[in-house]
Amino acid sequence: MLSRVANSLYWMSRYIERAENTARLVETSLQLLLDMRNLDEEHVAKQWLPIVQAAGDEEAFSKLHPKATGAAVTEFLVFQPENPNSIVQCVNEARENARMVRDQITIELWEELNRLYLFVNSPEARQVWKQSPSDFFSEIKSASMHLTGIAYATLLQNEGWWFTQAGRFLERADKTSRILDVRHQTLPPRGLPGPINQTGVLEWSAILRACSAWDAYKSLNGADVHPVPVTKFLVLNEDFPRSIRFCTTQLNTALRRISGVPDGRFVNDAERHAGRLLAELQFSTVEEIFERGLHDYMDDLQIKFNRIGGALFDAYFFLSFAAQGETDFVQQEEQQQQYAK
Amino acid sequence: MLRHYKPNGGFDEMLDKSGATRAHYQKFRGLLEEISPDDFSQRRRSVDLSFLRQGITFNVYGDKKGAEKIFPFDLIPRIIPAGEWAFLERGLTQRITALNLFLHDIYHDQKILKDGVIPPYYVLSGKHFRREFVNFKVPQDIYIHVCGTDLIRGGDGEWMVLEDNGRCPSGVSYLLENRRAMKRSFPRMFESIGIQPVEHYPQELLKMLRHIAPGGVADPAIVLLTPGAHNSAYFEHTYLARQMGIDIVEGRDLMVKDDCVFMRTTKGPRQVHVIYRRIDDDFLDPTVFRRDSVLGVPGIIRAFRQGNVSLANSIGTGIADDKVMYYFVPRIIKYYLGQDPIIPNVPTYLASEESDRKYILENLEQLVVKAANESGGYGMLMGPKATREEVAKFRGLIAADPRNYIAQPMIMLSQHPTEVAGEFEGRHIDLRPYIIYGDKITIVPSGLTRVALRKGSLVVNSSQGGGSKDTWVLYGDE
Repeated sequence: MLSRVANSLYWMSRYIERAENTARLVETSLQLLLDMRNLDEEHVAKQWLPIVQAAGDEEAFSKLHPKATGAAVTEFLVFQPENPNSIVQCVNEARENARMVRDQITIELWEELNRLYLFVNSPEARQVWKQSPSDFFSEIKSASMHLTGIAYATLLQNEGWWFTQAGRFLERADKTSRILDVRHQTLPPRGLPGPINQTGVLEWSAILRACSAWDAYKSLNGADVHPVPVTKFLVLNEDFPRSIRFCTTQLNTALRRISGVPDGRFVNDAERHAGRLLAELQFSTVEEIFERGLHDYMDDLQIKFNRIGGALFDAYFFLSFAAQGETDFVQQEEQQQQYAK
Repeated sequence: MLRHYKPNGGFDEMLDKSGATRAHYQKFRGLLEEISPDDFSQRRRSVDLSFLRQGITFNVYGDKKGAEKIFPFDLIPRIIPAGEWAFLERGLTQRITALNLFLHDIYHDQKILKDGVIPPYYVLSGKHFRREFVNFKVPQDIYIHVCGTDLIRGGDGEWMVLEDNGRCPSGVSYLLENRRAMKRSFPRMFESIGIQPVEHYPQELLKMLRHIAPGGVADPAIVLLTPGAHNSAYFEHTYLARQMGIDIVEGRDLMVKDDCVFMRTTKGPRQVHVIYRRIDDDFLDPTVFRRDSVLGVPGIIRAFRQGNVSLANSIGTGIADDKVMYYFVPRIIKYYLGQDPIIPNVPTYLASEESDRKYILENLEQLVVKAANESGGYGMLMGPKATREEVAKFRGLIAADPRNYIAQPMIMLSQHPTEVAGEFEGRHIDLRPYIIYGDKITIVPSGLTRVALRKGSLVVNSSQGGGSKDTWVLYGDE
């Protein structure tokens, strides 16, 4: 498979996953605020800033918006063209990558992604958003799930497929770690947290909802919500499709299917880092996580995910990125205007 | 539905001079009457939507936001009876045969120049004449593998060749998609009228690409080389690659080692044997042509010269669709085949011939002037519609560089009923059939009918407000 094609498939599914996660994160935060009363400006900012941090774009945000109000944060995370990770930009990027590998994906997958692209860029999208944010988010979420389903149902499960899997699960693992980290300031920096109050329960429930984990969590733990079982569930659970361990398992499998190298060995750093991380998650306890401190632990995980992404690039994609000026590129592609003949 | 249709004068494809429906349009008209206007516009909307959803769009240059547009598609098909198509097929086959012989000759012995049939100056000064390729043998001696020849019909319905596109003609994906859209919208018509199919175009194209593979390669790796996703024809590139089941590559995906071409894959380099390139000569190899090209592949021309990779179309075919060379095509046909052209040229004047130049400059207001190597409706003067300033500008341009200009009388292109805001009006059309030259010459029975949607306009290019129609070639004559 062409390296460039593998790269585009990887990013296509990463961006779809990113859009969906951001949609869930923003939606649950909006829902959460509905349950809180008498919030002054400072408290509002306290609720919203961590959401921006979870999306990993604090610096870009503060350049564009002086205050972390609900309107500013949602605009930034949903529509803002200057934010490369806003939902609309993620959809645009996913679609652009899909366009570059149009011959490698199925018509069903392409049409659904193109439909989502046309929707988020239409005036209608803003209207839906104004009238009912939750309708808007369910559109994004269901489109993303629809896309995942179509991919499962129509794509050849060949090498390219495993690149889409790698992209999807690396992104999902990273986002789960960021969402889980949203309320770390309410926890002691080290050691197991004690009992939490009503607001705390609402906040940690919102975290579960933002990971679409509410139902799965409840079936295992009942309705008691506390940071420790929530963390155990979202990090270490073996079977929940959005837990960090589950995602790392899938990522590790994808990497091995790409190279054909069995577990326990490696031929590149992506496999080495992923395999090591998986072993760590398999043999860790939630007590160890809190001993280290939730925030530190999540920070460290994110560094590891970045390292795996970087190693993947070096191992498979680097070849096709010779040092070429991107602007020359676009200009000459356009100059080749053949249809107009 | 077409009851109120009134032609605007000139040759009408559907109605004869007396206003009666021509025989080959009668079945279609009958079936169209069974569709209510509401139903018809419903079908049109669903076609537009499906084009947009599928991303069957082209890019408009220099337009960053909303850069993609759907190519306007008109639901009233253009119909050609079998007998007339057979005539066109003969004419196009004759023309591409002669053009290939011509290219072979000017890149080898140059007999046609030595015999004084074409003044050597015109060939040797051609912008697209590649002197580096003189005495180079191309695989199977084929130069133009895919040709899109633009045909028009004049005031009496007589067919003429307007130009030959022998470099990388595009548009065939629209032909194929238009047909799919029509079959979805009017399945019953296809059952009862009898229309020749077009779906085999990608297979024919692939067969041709296999045919030109370097000798001794049993299972050649074939790729389509695109300038990239920002190119206006990118949809077509991915479409054809997908239909043929071959890889689509950009220049950066390829590399040359030991005069062989390889693609960069996740499993290391893999050799490529045939390249259907949709990049112009100039950009193909920065070590040979434009040095600043980042779209091409350094060393690819050497690999081609060594016979390790085949290219379609070949290098240097542009000289054959130079508009000045067009003037000589009837002579070319006569010289190599000993025949008169089956489909004639549009009468043409060469600005570099003194008597012609005099005539051109005296009659600029009546003529269409074209630059020798421009396309897409650019670099053109439509004398009868031009302002005084435009005419004066071209007078200067022609005087300064006569080799670069030709002039033709303005041809009133044939017109065809076309939907305009819910009504049917006559609009001017042309036709671009696609000719594939492999182990034999294949012309898929259809073509891209382009239509000038602006009232009275004679410019059908998509960049200038043109749309397209499906083109039906019937099994019979009615």
